[in-house]
Amino acid sequence: MKAVEAPLAAKERTEKAYEAYVKEKTPVRVLAPSMAKAFVTGGAICIVGQGILDYCKALGLDKDTSGSWCSLILVLLSVILTGFGIYPQIANWGGAGALVPITGFANSVAAPAIEYKKEGQVFGIGCKIFTIAGPVILYGIFTSWILGLLYWIGKSLGWV
Amino acid sequence: MNQPKGAQSISFGVSPYLLESGSVVGKKESEGPLGNKFDRVSEDDLFGEDTWEAAEGTMQKMACMLALKKAGVQTEKVRFLFGGDLLRQGIATSMGVEALQIPMFGLFGACSTSGEALALAAMATAADYGDYMLAVTSSHFGSAEKEFRFPLGYANQRPLSSTWTVTGSGAFLVGKEKSHVRISGVTIGKIVDYGLKDSQNMGACMAPAACDTIIQNLEDFGRKEDDYDRIITGDLGYVGQSILFDLVRKKGKDIKGNHMDCGILIFDQKTQNTNSGGSGCGCAATTLSAYILPKIASGEWKRVLFVPTGALMSTVSFNEGESVPGIAHAIVLEHC
Repeated sequence: MKAVEAPLAAKERTEKAYEAYVKEKTPVRVLAPSMAKAFVTGGAICIVGQGILDYCKALGLDKDTSGSWCSLILVLLSVILTGFGIYPQIANWGGAGALVPITGFANSVAAPAIEYKKEGQVFGIGCKIFTIAGPVILYGIFTSWILGLLYWIGKSLGWV
Repeated sequence: MNQPKGAQSISFGVSPYLLESGSVVGKKESEGPLGNKFDRVSEDDLFGEDTWEAAEGTMQKMACMLALKKAGVQTEKVRFLFGGDLLRQGIATSMGVEALQIPMFGLFGACSTSGEALALAAMATAADYGDYMLAVTSSHFGSAEKEFRFPLGYANQRPLSSTWTVTGSGAFLVGKEKSHVRISGVTIGKIVDYGLKDSQNMGACMAPAACDTIIQNLEDFGRKEDDYDRIITGDLGYVGQSILFDLVRKKGKDIKGNHMDCGILIFDQKTQNTNSGGSGCGCAATTLSAYILPKIASGEWKRVLFVPTGALMSTVSFNEGESVPGIAHAIVLEHC
């Protein structure tokens, strides 16, 4: 038994050493310029959103309705840009600046829909449309449910 | 005739010849440094088909037809076809070579498939199982992204260590007839796994396998690294190449002077946004066909060690927390 265990431990050590060595060898993006690009991209998307919001308000819509129109139009724009292959290019430059806003979420739903259309309406689009967004939806809803439960318990006990 | 050589190699008593080859690539590859060297270039990455998978199959068929046409060999004369691609069940190969109606072996060696196919084609020829054998392989950016990563339209930032799957196919006709390139030997690689779990750093996953096969080849044939004009790996990319240099140096050898990598050759890293380089079965195959073989045929390079490298990644095992095993096969190509 010992003869087998010794090489296994040695293998694990070698693997750890290799992983550390590869990490050292592999180039990574420099943080400052990446953050600046993300700031500009995310900021630009937010400015567009603010513009839509202000325009809706100027038309006499209330705050909530204006907000809904804002989300709706941003999602539509993202889906159209995804269809033309422009949104991935924006994300390639702007990184998280393009991924975090609602437009990034819209892209993550539109992209599989386009890709898997060829596999059919049910097994293609139907089954695979949420392959990327699915985990976000699942765990997003689950987290909000947990928080809601905690809030309810806290409220019943008079803590909040 | 004592053909087995060393622990993992074959030195052919009567060398099979690499008669002709065909290369087909997509638009991005045609815009790279080797752009004008490929036989066929398609502006349309779907190659007139409806899906990426069918497009990849069409590329394989085109590459095979090109190689056969150049050699003036009829399809019926080819005894066996050895082919494979990156996709599940090798569907691109099945769809592509169906029209040729050649008895075939479907292979999977990830991006090392061109080496695997060439080795088997050479072995079958040397064993006198037929006059002509075809070796073909392909990869497609669209089908590979879809199977291994994300849908093409998905917006994400690729890590600097990632590689860009080449859209292309290369086919090689191996036979007993004389030509200017002979396959004098092969070294078949073992699975080498250093436990790396980063699927976006394939170069680092494959470099240990490339090192293992290269060192074994030198040992088996009793050669020094300088006995090869070039040692050309498949798709290690920039990250994998620098790791390979270090690993080989640890074994007391130095290949810095004569090493090349198809993944580095095929794209311009600065202008084509390909990060660490090109990858995929098509990367090594099309580069061999369009760039390496002409140089050997002309005599500019007398002896080349062609080492396609494969990261044997499955999306299932990867999600289950397993590492990405590597493999590499070496083909000794000589001018004659």
